[in-house]
Amino acid sequence: MTHAVAAARRLAALALILALPALAASSGPAAAATPAKTVTVAIKTFAFTARVITVAPGTTVVWTNEDEDPHTVTAADRSFHSAALDTGGKFSFTFTKAGDFGYFCSLHPHMTGRVIVKAN
Amino acid sequence: MTDHADESLSRRGLLTHCAGWAGAGALYTLTGGIASSISLDAALAAPPRRGASKPFTFLQISDTHIGFDKAANPDTRGTAIAAVEKIKALPDKPDIILHTGDITHLSTEEQFDDARQILSGLGAPVFYVPGEHDFLDEGQGRAYLARYGAGTLGTGWHSFDHLGVHFIALNNVANLKAGGMAHLGEEQLAWLKRDLAGLSASTPIVVFAHIPLWTVYEAWGWGTDDSGAALALLRRFGSVTVLNGHIHQILQKVEGNVSFHSARSTAYPQPAPGAAPSPGPLKVPSEQLPMMLGIRTARFVRGNEPIALIDQSLA
Repeated sequence: MTHAVAAARRLAALALILALPALAASSGPAAAATPAKTVTVAIKTFAFTARVITVAPGTTVVWTNEDEDPHTVTAADRSFHSAALDTGGKFSFTFTKAGDFGYFCSLHPHMTGRVIVKAN
Repeated sequence: MTDHADESLSRRGLLTHCAGWAGAGALYTLTGGIASSISLDAALAAPPRRGASKPFTFLQISDTHIGFDKAANPDTRGTAIAAVEKIKALPDKPDIILHTGDITHLSTEEQFDDARQILSGLGAPVFYVPGEHDFLDEGQGRAYLARYGAGTLGTGWHSFDHLGVHFIALNNVANLKAGGMAHLGEEQLAWLKRDLAGLSASTPIVVFAHIPLWTVYEAWGWGTDDSGAALALLRRFGSVTVLNGHIHQILQKVEGNVSFHSARSTAYPQPAPGAAPSPGPLKVPSEQLPMMLGIRTARFVRGNEPIALIDQSLA
């Protein structure tokens, strides 16, 4: 029985998670009136975590450097870029348009990440 | 360096000069990747080469990271000063000093000024190449080039000759591309080709750059993605010594006539390739730190002998 209850709860939680983007999408062009959504990406052990994120247009992504080495957040096409972020340094960028934005650390270019922006 | 203008030193002069270090008895050399020693008799018995001249010593210092103050070394200023004192106390004075980059940690004006003050008074001219930490200002190297760019081309590459040895300073930390490693770029490679064009194959070559010019560990970006093009240009030379920093540890590799050597930092160690989840400052017990930091002296004897490298820790 407890298994069934737990499963039901998981299903309910899953339904809620699935519903959230739908709610965001339903707000459509009027989204400017609602508080902007923020998504965080950690930079640690020479990697962007999560490496690939998918967000809705209007989302602000905040990167925080948790390494002892400085890093940058630099778009592959240089359309956005941070200054060098020392330990604890943050950079934020608001993605207004849909698209697939590859970025990397210009100091350690093997570190790459992607922000996929699409309306749900 | 005008005091070394006599490039046609006689055999007799060479022997007289060598007598100054004959007491050392043996030279440590690296052949085929394995350290060995050769007797001075053997070194002196080899016929002198036209163009090559008297032995001299030069020195490599790397990765001073002035401004870094985290747990791996809260006092990079102090360890850089210790390295400078060690250099000044060397019995065999270097003619020239090569700094293989990451002079500063964050490319700030204050850090560059501090580094300049610490590294002044070494008693020999210092030639620099930038590390990625020296190129992370908003001007992407403007602060570095304002100080060290005079007489260089592009993003700071240049070459010079000293007593028959051709030194080439390369920048492989500028304009890096997503997903790649270090990079030299077409313009620098074209310059390198022109720079080497007039040299005879017997000219000893020393190349210095910040990031290794051979792939030490791709997953950590420890290599240069277009180094193959540079090495192809260098292959015809009988003796090529490539010196780098960046990885804060001694590693070497020999490929034909080209030997690659990475040096210790004066600031902090980094893990061996793949020995940790990522590169970066490695915290060791403070009493062990001086053993993992150091400087490197290089002794050039003649064009037909490998350059003898001696790494000394700060312990």
